[in-house]
Parts: sequence; structure tokens; C-alpha cells
Amino acid sequence: MRGAITATERAWRIVLYVVSIGGFFFLVAPIFAIVPLSFNDGQFLTYPLRGVSLRWYEDFFFSGTWMSSIRNSLVIGVAAATIATVLGTLAATGLWLADFPGKRLIGAFLLAPMIVPIVIYSVGLYFYFAPWDLTASFTGLILAHAVLGTPFVVITVSATLTGFDRTLIRAGLSLGASPLRVARSVIFPLIAPGVIFGGLFAFSISMEEVITVLLIGGPNQRTLPREMFSGIRENISPTIAAAATIMIVLAIALLVTAELLRRRSARLQARK
Amino acid sequence: MSGPRQARSLKRSLARAERRRKLRAFLLVVPLLVFVAVFFAAPIAGMLQRSFVDTELMETWPQTAAAMRAYDWAGGDGVPDETVFAALGSELASSFEERTVAAVARRLNYDLSGGRSLVMSTARQLARLEATPASWREAMLAIDAEWGEAETWAAMRRAAGPVTDFFLLQTLDRQRNLAGDIVAIPAERAIYLTIYTRTFAIALSVTLLCLAIGFPIAYLLASLPEDRANLLMILVLLPFWTPLLVRTAAWVVVLQENGLVNQLLQLLYLTDGPIRLVYNRTGVVIAMTHVLLPFMILPLYAVMRTVPPDYMRAARSLGAPPFTAFRRVYIPQVMPGIGAGSILVFIIALGYYITPALVGGAADQMVSYYIAFYTTDTVNWGLAAALGAGLLAATLILYSIYTRLVGGIRSVM
Repeated sequence: MRGAITATERAWRIVLYVVSIGGFFFLVAPIFAIVPLSFNDGQFLTYPLRGVSLRWYEDFFFSGTWMSSIRNSLVIGVAAATIATVLGTLAATGLWLADFPGKRLIGAFLLAPMIVPIVIYSVGLYFYFAPWDLTASFTGLILAHAVLGTPFVVITVSATLTGFDRTLIRAGLSLGASPLRVARSVIFPLIAPGVIFGGLFAFSISMEEVITVLLIGGPNQRTLPREMFSGIRENISPTIAAAATIMIVLAIALLVTAELLRRRSARLQARK
Repeated sequence: MSGPRQARSLKRSLARAERRRKLRAFLLVVPLLVFVAVFFAAPIAGMLQRSFVDTELMETWPQTAAAMRAYDWAGGDGVPDETVFAALGSELASSFEERTVAAVARRLNYDLSGGRSLVMSTARQLARLEATPASWREAMLAIDAEWGEAETWAAMRRAAGPVTDFFLLQTLDRQRNLAGDIVAIPAERAIYLTIYTRTFAIALSVTLLCLAIGFPIAYLLASLPEDRANLLMILVLLPFWTPLLVRTAAWVVVLQENGLVNQLLQLLYLTDGPIRLVYNRTGVVIAMTHVLLPFMILPLYAVMRTVPPDYMRAARSLGAPPFTAFRRVYIPQVMPGIGAGSILVFIIALGYYITPALVGGAADQMVSYYIAFYTTDTVNWGLAAALGAGLLAATLILYSIYTRLVGGIRSVM
């Protein structure tokens, strides 16, 4: 087919490459543009740099507010992701095991937290939590973030389960294993990559969620994104760049983990 | 033992086993179902009902609400007689002493300009009276002549509950006039349709930009061998995994007055001085496009991967010029991806709050901003809920179209 490529086609091909490279640049460049500024010795977030220094990282790691915001984020993120992972994995397994009436509707309902604008949900919680004293509490934010994370767990675990061979369950049961034993030693090891991936997803949703924190969080629940929000709004300083750089490194770590899990999962499914 | 009976009982026990299997599967779903119902659906339902349930007046002034309902408004000039005034007068005084009057005063103020001070000052002066006046009507008219206006009483009746269309109409820049007909709100107070239009306009421009940038990227990725595509996909997934606030901060830094973009533009002699790219619409659209681009690329790429190259080859070998083949053969095949990606981006963009709040100016805020603002700053919960209902309705309609396009749970990612 080589000969069929005309000059116009080659021109289009070049245009495609140029536009795509521009697009990739647009996607990635701004994220990395902020990284060097976190090492800037000057007061301002502008190029050229005025010498290299770690003073903004010092500012970040030795400031009580930033450190407590990280602690808050981790507490809320880990607790919310755990709840979301357990509930989401059970539900995805149930949805996959059998067809029962209303299954499609239930599935759509369980995905709703992903679709409904978070402002609407947060305002709802603002009223709903007040009589229970859950506004301005860790419990309230953990519950809210757990809800927001569950659809992602349901989706990732469901995706892993579609590649799962159901006869393995029957084999396990017919060999005399109890349903619980089958779940533990047959189903779970095979869907584990999907479960971990879903949990990571739920964790990262919590780690970047700020609208619920703005509306139902109190002064004791200021999370990392919440701290960044007021930083960007009031006085964008190089410390923000340092915080952003740390979060970019974390994002890369998450991305790599997710990619490894995807490969493992693909390998397990291919082996079947 | 006859054969048929045995078969029947076998059938029954099979059916029972099948039912039990389904029940067991359903029981696994129940915990999440309950969790989402209690901590997601219930709060949202509670918020939505605030858009039409209006009980502040009838809870604080129950006798006044009952008297207004009993009064025959049809005959008069829109101002009631002593029975209603007497109920209102004594309840104004008692609610002032119990400090519950402020909530009703605020509610009336949404509908009637000066309603708050009218209620508060009348209540204060009535509470100070030493003896019950001979005529409450005369006493209240003496305190403020507004009580003799039909407008005042129309607003009172609209607030009498238990349900109202006041807030929902207001978000459409509509109100009821004295006769109860729906009319347009005076231009100086009509701001909500502008907010909705602005929200849709921003979401639409972001969607179109995402399509324009995302299409070539997805096309390129789909035309590469899978391992190389996966490698390049990292460039799409890295922004996807980077927290929203980091990306927003990055754009503020890059687009600011002496940021990289302005430095570059001046270096290339494209502008003399810095141009304003942030805290305005340009900044909002650029930052939102960046944030939502992966949501366009991923579904587009998923569909493009499945398109076999044979049809394009066939079209070309039959003599179609490249562009015609592309437009008439390729585009129709990837249309579901274009539709899914566009609706997905549009839906997410509609509800955006953080990026416009940080990168936009006062004239670039979208519906979500006003929902939060009316909830926490002005405490106009009815209006916040009504705006929320509008946004939710738009979102759900678009989402149902989306699911019809891509079909079910699998393809959401």
C-alpha cells in the first residue's frame, strides 16, 4: 500500500503530527512549568529563576498548617477509600454474580455520585448533616468522600470481573469449598488488581476533592487541596509551587502503580 | 413415584436454587445500595425539596397563614380586613419576643424589596405596645403604610406555604404578578437566565475546544501500534491523575501577567505589553479545556481503536479523495466516540466550580458558584436549591442521552 500514499496524504499526516504534538505539549507543559519555580530562590512565581534553593520546601515541611493539612487529607483519604473499596467490591461482585430484577437501574443509581455535580451534593450534605452534628467533622467528610469514590471502585472491579471465568467458581464449589472460601481463595486473588486500582482511584478522588471540604468541612478539617485553594485565591506563593510539585510526584507514583496493575490484570486475563 | 411429579419437584428445587443464588448476589449489593441511598440520595432529595417547600412563614406565624388562607381575596383590593391583620399583628409581636421573626423577615425580603425592614420594624414597634390596639389594621398602617399595599400582601400570600413556585420561577427570571400570572422579572433583577446561558456557553466552548484538540491526538494514538500508543497515553493520563488544584495553580502561574505565555508572546513580538489571560473568560476556558481534555481523548481513542482500516482503504481505492473518504467513511464510524466524549465533557463542565472560582473573574462564574454562594453567604436556601434543581435536571437529561449512546456501565471510563 506504500505507493498509494499521495502528497496530500503525506501533508495531512504532517499536519496531524504537528497538531498532536501541540496537543501533548498543551497537556503536559503547564504541569511541569510549575516544578522549577518551586526551587526558585526569589519571592515570585516567575521566570527566569533567581538561583536555586529549597527554602519553599522548608516552608512547606516546617509549617504547621501544611503538615496538618496533609495529615487531614491522609486520614480522610485512607478511611474514605477503605469504605468505598469494601462496599464497591461487594456490590460489583453481586452485580456480576447473577441477574436480578432492577439490576440495570441499581447499577445506574450506584454510578450517580460520579455524575451529579459535586456542588449539588455538598449543598445537600450541608443541610443533611447539620442535625446529626456531622458538619465540620471528620466523619462527615469521610462519608462524603467514600460516597464519591464508590462508583470508581464499582467500575474498575466490574471491568476486572468481566474477564473472569465463572466456571472457576463452580469448580471451587464442586470440590467442596465453602462460598466464603471460594471468594477468598479464587475470586479475590484474580480481581485483586482491579480492587487495588479502584481503591487507589477512590483515594485520589478524596485527595483532590475540595468542594465538599469548602461546604461541610470546618477549620479543623482543612485538607491539602483546601489549603491550596485558599493559597491560590489569596496569595499565590512559591510554597504553593512546592506543594504542587509534591503532588505531581505523587500523581506520577499513582500513575505508575495503576499502569503496573493494569498490566498484571491483563496478564491474568490472558492466561485464562 | 411417577415421572412427571418427580420432574416437577426437580424443576421447583432448581427454581428455588436459582432464586437463592439471585438473592445472595443481591445481598452483596445491598450495603452499597443503602450507603448511597442514605448518604447520597437522601441529602440531594432534601436539598431539592427546599426549592418548592416554603414553610418559614406558616411555622412562625401559623394563625396568620390560616387567616390568609381563609380570607376571600377575590372581592377586595388585595389588602385584607381586620381578621388577617389581627392574627398577623399579635404574631408579629410574639415572634419578635421569641426571636423567631428574623427568618420570616429574610424570606419576605427575597420577594419584596424592603421586606426585611418592614417586618422587623413593625414587629419591634408592635412588641413595644402596652395594650392591644383597638384596630390592628390601623395600628400597623400607622407604623408603615406599606401594609396597605396590595404588593405587600401578594408577597405575603406567596410566602404562606406550604409549597411555592417562587424560587423556581425566579431562576427562570419569572415571577407572579398581583393577578397570579407568570410574568418576566424587571430587567435589573433578571440575572439567572444570564447565569445559565453563561454556564452553557462556557461548557460548549470547552467541549468544542476539547474536540478540536482531542480528535487529532486520539486519531494519532489509534493509528500507532499498541505499545507505542500506550507509551504516549502516559502524556494523557499524567494530567488525568494530577490533582485539579495543582493544574489550576499551574495555569494561574503560566497565564499570569509576567507568566510564561506572556513572556513568550512578547519574545515573539506578538504583543507589546502583557495581555490579560487570567481572571477572565480566556483563562477559564483554557484551564477547563486542559482539565477536561482526557475525558474527550479516552472515549474517542476507545472507539477509534475498533475502527478497521479496511473501509477507508476501500473508499480510497474506489477513488474517493482523502478528505471525502475521511468525512464520509471515517467520521460516521467514530461518531459514537465523538458523541460520548462531547457529552461527557459537557456534563462535567456544566457543574464546574473550582476552576472558574480561581481562574475566572466575577463575570465568569457558573451556576455551581451561585449555588454555593446562596447556600453559605446569603443563606437564600430556596434559591440555591432551585438553581441546583435546574443544573441537576440538565445533567441528568444529558447523562441519559450519554448512556443511550455508549450503553451501560462498561464504557463510562
